[in-house]
Amino acid sequence: MGMAEAILLTIATAATPLLIAALGELVVERSGVLNLGVEGMMIMGAVGGFAAASLTGNPWIGVLVAILFGAVTSLAFAFLTLSLAANQVATGLALTILGLGLSGLIGEPFVGQAGVKLSNISIPILTDLPLLGPLLFGQDPIFYMSIALVIGVAWFLFKTRFGLTLRSIGDNHVSAHALGIPVLRYRYLAVMFGGACAGLAGGHLSLVYTPQWVENMSAGRGWIALALVVFASWRPARVLAGAYLFGAVSIGQLHAQALGVGVPSQLLTALPYIATIVVLVLISQNVRTTLINTPAMLGRAFVPER
Amino acid sequence: MDQGEVLLKLEGISKYYGSFKANDQISLEILPGEIHALLGENGAGKSTLVKMLYGSLQPDEGRIIWEGHEAHVPNPAAARELGVGMVFQHFSLFDALTVAENIALALPPGKSLKQVAKELEEVSTSYGLPLKATARIHDLSVGERQRVEIVRCLLQHPKLIIMDEPTSVLTPQEAEDLFKVLRRLSEEGKAILYISHKLAEVQALCQEATILRHGKVVGECVPADETPISLAKMMVGSDIHEISPRDVPVANGEVLLQVKSLSLEGLSGFDTALKDVSLMLHAGEISGIAGIAGNGQNELFDAVSGERLSENDSVLIKGKPVGQLGIQKRRKLGAMYISEERLGHAAVPEFSLSENVILTRHGLEKSLDKGPFVSRGAARKVKDEIVDKFDVRKGSADPTAMSLSGGNLQKFVLGREVMGNAEIIVVNQPTWGVDAGSAAHIRQTLVDLAAKGAAILVISQDLDELFEVADAIATLSEGRLSAFVPTRSTDRHKIGLQMTSGTHEHA
Amino acid sequence: MTYLSPLIGLTLALIAGAIMFAVLGKPPLGALYAYFIEPVSEMWSVHELLIKAAPLILMGAGLCVCYQSNNWNIGAEGQMIMGGMAGSILPVLFPHFSGPFVLPLMLVMGVLGGMAYAAIPALLKTKFRTNEILTSLMLVYIAQLFLDWTVRGPWRNPEGMNFPETRRFDEFARIGEMIPADGRANYGFVIAIVVALLIWVLMAKTMKGFQVKVIGASPRAAKFAGFDAKKMVFFAFLLAGATAGLAGIVEVAGATGQLRPTISPGYGFTAIIVAFLGRLNPIGAIIAGLVLALTFLGGEAAQISLGVSDKVARVFQGLILFFVLACDTLILYRIRLVGSKVLQKGAA
Repeated sequence: MGMAEAILLTIATAATPLLIAALGELVVERSGVLNLGVEGMMIMGAVGGFAAASLTGNPWIGVLVAILFGAVTSLAFAFLTLSLAANQVATGLALTILGLGLSGLIGEPFVGQAGVKLSNISIPILTDLPLLGPLLFGQDPIFYMSIALVIGVAWFLFKTRFGLTLRSIGDNHVSAHALGIPVLRYRYLAVMFGGACAGLAGGHLSLVYTPQWVENMSAGRGWIALALVVFASWRPARVLAGAYLFGAVSIGQLHAQALGVGVPSQLLTALPYIATIVVLVLISQNVRTTLINTPAMLGRAFVPER
Repeated sequence: MDQGEVLLKLEGISKYYGSFKANDQISLEILPGEIHALLGENGAGKSTLVKMLYGSLQPDEGRIIWEGHEAHVPNPAAARELGVGMVFQHFSLFDALTVAENIALALPPGKSLKQVAKELEEVSTSYGLPLKATARIHDLSVGERQRVEIVRCLLQHPKLIIMDEPTSVLTPQEAEDLFKVLRRLSEEGKAILYISHKLAEVQALCQEATILRHGKVVGECVPADETPISLAKMMVGSDIHEISPRDVPVANGEVLLQVKSLSLEGLSGFDTALKDVSLMLHAGEISGIAGIAGNGQNELFDAVSGERLSENDSVLIKGKPVGQLGIQKRRKLGAMYISEERLGHAAVPEFSLSENVILTRHGLEKSLDKGPFVSRGAARKVKDEIVDKFDVRKGSADPTAMSLSGGNLQKFVLGREVMGNAEIIVVNQPTWGVDAGSAAHIRQTLVDLAAKGAAILVISQDLDELFEVADAIATLSEGRLSAFVPTRSTDRHKIGLQMTSGTHEHA
Repeated sequence: MTYLSPLIGLTLALIAGAIMFAVLGKPPLGALYAYFIEPVSEMWSVHELLIKAAPLILMGAGLCVCYQSNNWNIGAEGQMIMGGMAGSILPVLFPHFSGPFVLPLMLVMGVLGGMAYAAIPALLKTKFRTNEILTSLMLVYIAQLFLDWTVRGPWRNPEGMNFPETRRFDEFARIGEMIPADGRANYGFVIAIVVALLIWVLMAKTMKGFQVKVIGASPRAAKFAGFDAKKMVFFAFLLAGATAGLAGIVEVAGATGQLRPTISPGYGFTAIIVAFLGRLNPIGAIIAGLVLALTFLGGEAAQISLGVSDKVARVFQGLILFFVLACDTLILYRIRLVGSKVLQKGAA
């Protein structure tokens, strides 16, 4: 395949974990909860997926375990912030630190091992089409899941009763409670969905992106996913755009390094992080749009009276 | 009347919080089509009772008998299914969602959003409360939001509608329109449980009344047969303290605070812009500004206090332009401010009373500041003085602000501001959420201060209060201030008209 | 309750840790002993503890001020790195300047470096309303990469045989050891204690400290009091940046004596836990700093004596923060679980 195909494919591979994690966090934030533990859940998913795939030889089991690890980690977050009404920022940090530590511990025996890769799909004829073939019909299964998630989350949030209720909780949990909506139950489900997504994103890293386990291999992607949600003004279609933009930046800097561009490699590696700051500044400029789109309850604990 | 006719019967309903009896053996009956008032002071237990009818709370004792059968209401959805609807005092609406979405959330799932939209537009128009299904709540006025609450209730075909202080956010004219709707609903056979502390209204509208005090039923009556005084007596349990009127018509005192052509844009989409507001506060006079919440009261207060800066000449204290001076500098010039919200604005809820003293008195009381250090001992002394002088009842020696009752905290906040030499006092909603005894105390304090020569501005939604204490009244409507007229030469009806003039409604 | 909650949190973390050791196949109690008790049973080891505690206490105390005023500075690690670099300019680039004035200058420059770097998220927050959590965190990655490039590139030791490190500092550029006979602990620890105490005085006794608390507790009441929240953003971030920068140069000039591609095993993040374990009180941060330094020390000790990975340290730290947060709700919400009627604070 040609250079263009290769680059586009790698952009998709780089964007996919960002997209999935951001979509999950989008649902969580729409319900009014701020989950800063995404990085921790992602890395747990990565280690869980790798370990399970290596031990069983089956990458699909790896995918399942990755999702499971992410969801269980998020359950701890949910219990603290929802049932105990603990500070969401600090709890998210706690889970990130815990996740990074635990994953390092669990992953230690697997360092240096070659992983079990989740292979790309292959459809006769379609996959062999020039340019579009591999791009649309030859990606790894998680890529297709990510696209399905975009559509699914959008439909769910805006076309179903469940999604409407979720959005109402993020807008005003006091009103929701007064109407008899079970606020915490919805938030638990939202948080676990977010955790599952973060886990799946991590699984993509260790099963597709680089089928290897390296400590801290998420390298801040969970944080970038959080920024993406803000950048997208909490709308699924924009998350798609943002994820691919960042994917392009990440891949761009890798290729630039490979080509030996005269810029220090550290600067190129720093590009995604610099870009995140720039994007955040740009998006916060329009005060009115930010105010209207931000779920009004974001980060606030729900403690019903009496 | 025989048992079969009664729509709702409560027998011995009680609710306890530890040893505190929020509701104590409450019994009452409501017939279909009856407009039944539930009267009582703040804290009498009205909200608790009603929450149990709506399924948000569960009674510890007693029975609810609905249409002749015992009923259990485990949650609001069950209440709605029974036929109980509720229009909340503090609207349970979702700002970022549309009218249709807001209403759909209270209906059982199954109907599409389009169906809901169609139904709500039909019903709202037929009752004279037109609404557009696609409008977003944050674009609606307060009166329109209440319409959404009511229409949401009506779409569930309730047999009993509970209305919690519905006219607290309406002008007198809007309240009349609401009464027309309620009377029509009553004629259609729907019963209405009307919670209010506004006695004149209850007399005009309600056929029966149950009066609560300290969680118990202390009386039942036909409101039309009573007078406001007799109703008030039943509510409060003692004679209402009348404000001792000031006998001498005040001469034109010196202008201590002046607002000149103040125009200020709203900070966010939800604020009201102030348009060319002018007023003068004279020494020895109490000026009142009437108006429904949301017409610029808070914006005006913030501009006068200095929380929001404006053009230097637009606010003058004793002739000196202060528009660009911050709030603490204005306090140093002798102007004191009492904001609408006690907790979270006038006082920090988790802080002790003495710490809250420091909040506004730093830089003013010499004993508090020692260079960069702050003396908590001195703060405690000041706190003791305030508590003593203003009859603040509290539990421990230096409790947190949030542990005080509304009335006592308000007395503390007022006392804190007027302890020093307060020449100018600007107060926003002085007795909102305050029990009658404390309210009378607060109003008397204001009157006494004016008699000693202070210039006072009272912004209030309570017309009765303004007519009681103010020497002159103006109205604030959509950010515009009318001219002041002497209280003696106007009445509630005229002021009510002034409050509505200029309001335009969204479709 | 206020002092009980961190203790209960610590205990629960220890229990969870014991379970973790058991899962790893080590005897739980023995492992806890090897991890927490053995490292402080010998003097030289206590010195190591003080070396590790110094940056933790410094940054923890600064972060107390930040968090109490609701400024969520997550970038202490980056501010520490930049402070360490700024403070190293003299010995690295001007090694011929030598003398007793060098160290004080280095400390000042370290402080300024940390402050300057912390000013960035503060500026973005006040001017552009940008979320400071994400910006301060992104700046950590950028700082780490900057250090890496600098040490491998322009600042590399010309006489160092191409190792990725700067030249070694001479004795005027080092912080002296306190009791050299017993161990390596340097006066950096004393600096940390003094700074923490000063910050405590600030918070408890001064008007500024009162302002910090009001702004953090109730922004509207703060406005009503005439306190400027935007100025406070700068004050909090610059103070935290100053302590982080100081921590950075203390670490470099004290323990290491040169710059390397990484100068911190994540002290900036651990300092966040120090602040919370100390209940956002600078004196609490002193104790908490020692506790968390012990988790680092224990990790190294356990690696040798038990054969466990040193990643265990991170796990303990995460567990401590996790359980301390859980126990904090005991104070605020009096035990009962939300969801089944919680007793909320009083009404007015």
